[in-house]
Amino acid sequence: MASGSPDSTSGTSSTGTSSTGTSSSGTQLVKRGFADMFRGGVIMDVVTPEQARIAEEAGACAVMALERVPADIRADGGVSRMSDPEMIQGIQEAVTIPVMAKARIGHFVEAQILQALKVDFIDESEVLTPADETHHIDKWAFQIPFVCGATNLGEAIRRISEGACLIRSKGEAGTGNIVEAVRHLRSITSDIRKLTQADSAELFDWAKRLQAPLPLVQEIAETGELPVPLFCAGGIATPADAGLAMQLGAQAVFVGSGIFKSEDPAPRAKAIVEATTHYMDPDILAKVSRGLGAPMTGIGMDDLDIKLADRGW
Amino acid sequence: MSSTHPRTGVLALQGAFGLHRAVLTRLGEPSTEVRTIEDLLAVDRLIIPGGESSVMAKLADESGMMPVLRGRIEAGMPVLGTCAGAIMLAAEIVDGRVGQPSIGVLDITVRRNAFGRQAESFTTNLVMIDDADPAAEAHDFEAVFIRAPGIERTGSAVATMASYDGQPVMVRQENVIATTFHPELSGDDTVHRLFLNL
Repeated sequence: MASGSPDSTSGTSSTGTSSTGTSSSGTQLVKRGFADMFRGGVIMDVVTPEQARIAEEAGACAVMALERVPADIRADGGVSRMSDPEMIQGIQEAVTIPVMAKARIGHFVEAQILQALKVDFIDESEVLTPADETHHIDKWAFQIPFVCGATNLGEAIRRISEGACLIRSKGEAGTGNIVEAVRHLRSITSDIRKLTQADSAELFDWAKRLQAPLPLVQEIAETGELPVPLFCAGGIATPADAGLAMQLGAQAVFVGSGIFKSEDPAPRAKAIVEATTHYMDPDILAKVSRGLGAPMTGIGMDDLDIKLADRGW
Repeated sequence: MSSTHPRTGVLALQGAFGLHRAVLTRLGEPSTEVRTIEDLLAVDRLIIPGGESSVMAKLADESGMMPVLRGRIEAGMPVLGTCAGAIMLAAEIVDGRVGQPSIGVLDITVRRNAFGRQAESFTTNLVMIDDADPAAEAHDFEAVFIRAPGIERTGSAVATMASYDGQPVMVRQENVIATTFHPELSGDDTVHRLFLNL
């Protein structure tokens, strides 16, 4: 309900209305609210302005600007860092949709730089080489909202307690293999369901086992969902993968290497967008899955040297 | 009292459709998600949510839903468009994705991302006046603007219901209401109540 009574305008003038009071930015309402706008959409990794345009044309609701897609980061090895600001700005100029960018875990100065560049969202990402082995970024200190990865409910709640406004299940980036994303999504949603069944005394033990702040545990037990949106990342390579993530409870999907490491990126990107909207309709999923060429080759979990999902604490 | 209580749909191609449904639930109003032409034909009034307007427009255009939306709204179906939904309704879009289509039933010119990027998103208090109900008192409420569009022109049939910084942010043209802010985020149900009474 409105507090106080408006006294600045009255009557029925069609143009005499006005705003009152002051405006505020960077609040949780504005940051979490923005995260809600990506629901039902696809956020695509891009490394050039040209790829960003292809993604926008295909129906991406945002792009993630980075120097190398995770599959290449994995293949190249070495230290992976925030992208060159020039490259991020090139992508910002190329498209009209929101542009996200990645900072290393704990690297709050990279995040400060990304905020100065006015990226729309910062991903504190395990895909890059961590800068701090104990601390994540204090995300409350930023005007720009953050997304963070999580493999389980405790990790998700810890990131939210640090100020993350959006959680993505981590999966295993750069593999084209959905198995880890499924494991992480199922782990998060199944523990949320269990929380809603716990009695008030059991929630103390849940907080201890999850290594997560009690008030957030109690809130999730009450509402049956995270207080921020839950998206899926790490391994989506086909429209069916996107449908699977959505039916398992993700509210939107991130696609990294899956698009631009495939044989024919544009039609695959478009098909994944349609699959994310119509995730419950197998007839439409069948239609959009046809004739897309080869997906990215993909990697089995046993063949991995490094598990990126293990980064973050 | 009638046995044909209007069925409320929320366009669910992309965006914050779930939050609008939560507001409707709070108001005791059942709703369905609209993703196809068949879904659309099964509802009597529609909310077009916030989200990415270029994505919604593309999906609505390619599935052939755009002319059906236009036809239903022109035939009098009540509709509420918020943020991206306002862009979808607008007769003219500035700074859209190249060739971005719209339903075009609301005689306004709207500029996409008029306030800038997320860093410029904000909340403020607005005063709303309902010309259609002169007896109603002006109502003060919190409004959330996220990468919001700006309404740069309103046609003669369009009434301004609220403004910010001298520019319209809530407008009405007969059965069409559009806001450049997000009434589904603030917890104030005024705009939704107005829509349900259209």
